[in-house]
Amino acid sequence: MTEPSLSQDRPAIEVKELCKNFGDNEVLKGIDFHVNQGEVVCVIGPSGSGKSTLLRCVNRLEEPTSGTILVEGVDITDPETDLDKIRTRIGMVFQQFNLFPHLNVLGNLTLAQRRAKRRGKAEAMEVARQNLEKVGLANRENAYPAQLSGGQQQRVAIARALSMNPDMMLFDEPTSALDPELVGDVLGVMRQLADEGMTMMVVTHEMGFAREVGDRVVFMDGGVVVEQGKPEDVLGNPQHERTKAFLSKVL
Amino acid sequence: MKPSTRRRLFRGVLYAIFIAAVAAVILVADWEAIRTSFLNPEVFGEQFPAIITTAAKNTIIYTVIAFIGGLLLGLALALMKLSPVAPYRWVATAYIELFRGLPALLVIFAFAFAVPIAFQWRPPGGTAGAGLIALIIVSAAYMAETIRAGIEAVPGGQLEAARSLGMNPSWTMVSVVLPQAIRIVTPPLTNELVILIKDTSLLFIAGMALNQRELTTFARDGVSQYANATPLVAAALMYLIITLPLTQLVARLEKRNKRGR
Repeated sequence: MTEPSLSQDRPAIEVKELCKNFGDNEVLKGIDFHVNQGEVVCVIGPSGSGKSTLLRCVNRLEEPTSGTILVEGVDITDPETDLDKIRTRIGMVFQQFNLFPHLNVLGNLTLAQRRAKRRGKAEAMEVARQNLEKVGLANRENAYPAQLSGGQQQRVAIARALSMNPDMMLFDEPTSALDPELVGDVLGVMRQLADEGMTMMVVTHEMGFAREVGDRVVFMDGGVVVEQGKPEDVLGNPQHERTKAFLSKVL
Repeated sequence: MKPSTRRRLFRGVLYAIFIAAVAAVILVADWEAIRTSFLNPEVFGEQFPAIITTAAKNTIIYTVIAFIGGLLLGLALALMKLSPVAPYRWVATAYIELFRGLPALLVIFAFAFAVPIAFQWRPPGGTAGAGLIALIIVSAAYMAETIRAGIEAVPGGQLEAARSLGMNPSWTMVSVVLPQAIRIVTPPLTNELVILIKDTSLLFIAGMALNQRELTTFARDGVSQYANATPLVAAALMYLIITLPLTQLVARLEKRNKRGR
């Protein structure tokens, strides 16, 4: 399958004046945000700050109330846009893994390749095995999700997203549901992805990961972007009171 | 009085009442009448083999037809009820509320006698066939609600995962939601099956040719023929042989599902 070639100067994700209300509750109040090609952007902030909602708007799991979202230059808020096609280019990893419990690991990795990308069985299996190898679970291809630890499930979920050969990956608090001793394996896989040049938007509470792997850190609070910049600046020398208050609690 | 003494005394009273009740039944019951009317060995023997080769066989055939028909129609209704297109939802809701609100016997009666005359319709299998179609229509209403509940019980994260991978709504339903919903609804649907086995007895109202008779019709004819109630006992035994393993199965499936999640 051939994908249209991307121009390097165009941001992978560009969000303009994004607002999102849940009823009377304003969760996002005019967000301007972008992720460049090959960039790793970590979004941090207190719970309820709207960071997960922002991420979920990028592949339209949430319907924006107003504003525009461009993914590789395509306006995904336009009703004429083929959302399913765009979504095959955006990998997503959930806090709760959301593996398909009725399918084994290989089934989880091949289902969407076959149904959405229309790949043949042999090709889908080959891609799946390559990605299982990448996340270090080549020996568990016949296991069912219930037989895996949380950390293994999340790595399978990452491999499932990668099997669509996405141009970018969205991570929604990927380690928040894990036992502490299992967090490292998942972060290791994410770090490896970043090293390979994957475009990543990561909503996380892992400040160490944001500092070491992030190209840029975005701090959100109360539905707005308060502060952003290089990790060492935002985390090491925050300029805003709200950033300082948040970091003093989590660091 | 100490609480432990009181508890023991209370339990003793319960046992005494139970023993008195059993003794009263044994003494009062007319065992001779029960034996000759309900447990006549000759009449019991006369039931075989037709009670198995015709009656039990037909009960099972009618149940399987009604269950499969009801399941397919029920699935269609459940999907209609969850449809984004409002008129589909209205039709499904009206259908489900109508047929869950009517006695199955009335619907069977209408299909066997009123509908064929009104529309010059010759139902396959005669009036019994028409009654069976009515049973499909009624059971579909119950199964639709069960299936809808099963579909809605699949966690929302499953839908989000499938859609985020670029799968369209139809594929998401077929390969992600329905397989999990089927697992959730297997115990309640097996319950529906047990209810359906018993409801095939309502088909007696439709009237049947000799080779179409199911267990209840067969037993009723036997009662008239021998002027004895033993055929009812034989039919009851047959029903229990079919239903008891299924109710056990439901219990085991429910236990498994509780463990599974």
